[in-house]
Amino acid sequence: MNKDNWIQLQTICSHYQLEISFFTNLRDLGLIEIEIIEESLYINENQMHNLERIIRLHHELEVNPEGIDVVFNLLQKIEHLQKELATAKNRLRLYES
Amino acid sequence: MAFVDYYKVLEIDKSATEADIKKAYRKLARKYHPDLNPNDKEAEKKFKELNEANEVLSNPENRKKYDQYGENWEHGEEYEKARNQQQQYQNSGGQQGDFGGFSGFSGGGDYSDFFESMFGGGAQRATRQNAVFKGQDFNAELHLDLKDVYTTHKRTLTINGKNIRLTIPAGVENGQVIKISGQGGEGVNGGPKGDLYLTFNIENSTNFKLDKDNLYTTVDLDLYTAVLGGEITANTFDGKVKLTVKSGTQSGSKVKLKGKGFPIYKKEGEYGDLFISYHIVLPENLTEREKELFSELAKLRGK
Repeated sequence: MNKDNWIQLQTICSHYQLEISFFTNLRDLGLIEIEIIEESLYINENQMHNLERIIRLHHELEVNPEGIDVVFNLLQKIEHLQKELATAKNRLRLYES
Repeated sequence: MAFVDYYKVLEIDKSATEADIKKAYRKLARKYHPDLNPNDKEAEKKFKELNEANEVLSNPENRKKYDQYGENWEHGEEYEKARNQQQQYQNSGGQQGDFGGFSGFSGGGDYSDFFESMFGGGAQRATRQNAVFKGQDFNAELHLDLKDVYTTHKRTLTINGKNIRLTIPAGVENGQVIKISGQGGEGVNGGPKGDLYLTFNIENSTNFKLDKDNLYTTVDLDLYTAVLGGEITANTFDGKVKLTVKSGTQSGSKVKLKGKGFPIYKKEGEYGDLFISYHIVLPENLTEREKELFSELAKLRGK
């Protein structure tokens, strides 16, 4: 597999000073995906945005991974509702003079 | 430069203990944390204020100084003296330690002028070198007119001093957010670049209203064409179209022109429909002769 866009988990662990178990726990909860390439663990670059959010919520607000999962689900709902609201507002323009 | 009431920011009173401060800060941080309030500038601002308040009040030395001179920062001689001492302290390489703030968040917190002036800014900031690996995400808003998004076109945007050439797909919706990977800030320690989130703000200055991919417009129709039928030329979004009007066309009746609507996002060559409503315009300032004829017509209908 091409390793472009993949970041070795070890690099991420040392950067954030976190144990590998922190990330495997996130994977077990379905919050991130970890790939094995040539016997090393990797995370795709496109997951970094979420991963950093997870780390911040964990460090800064002391939310545990299960709590983060709940937060993410609720944020997703909010996002969905906001999209719906934007669509409804756009439709409302139809009736405004 | 305005005085900042850090106690008010943390919603505590001046007699608050260290534990009270920590508790208040934690509670408010959970409420206003930017990751929990995406795209909410007010929350982001509030969060920065919380961090600043916490940096001052959770540090006994800073708190003491703030309590003593804070409100009189502008005039007090004592304040000046304290400030000089502070500068000397900084110059001697004093370590203030970690205030436990989140200033590493999203590229660092902005401090108020008040804070910078009283506590000297930079040197005192709690930094978290490791908090960021991926570059900062940028958010930008692009204001366009509906006419602009009728066709797919290229546009050069300047974001944080960098020119980015983008293809704006036809049919992009008002309020839609497009993520452009890798166009955010630089990563740290070889981390990937941040992304750019572009929100489209689309104004409509045209005579057409849009609902999803369908366009709606009203066309004036003179009474005679409405009654007798005929041909008219109506405007579509990007041109003109000839329409046959049936005799006896009612005011408010609609015709649908298939495929003359707005382009469908990311479906090249596909368009919504255009709905034209007729608005029948009655003749005004009738001549005597016209009045006579209308009366005759009315009589024929028994009116």
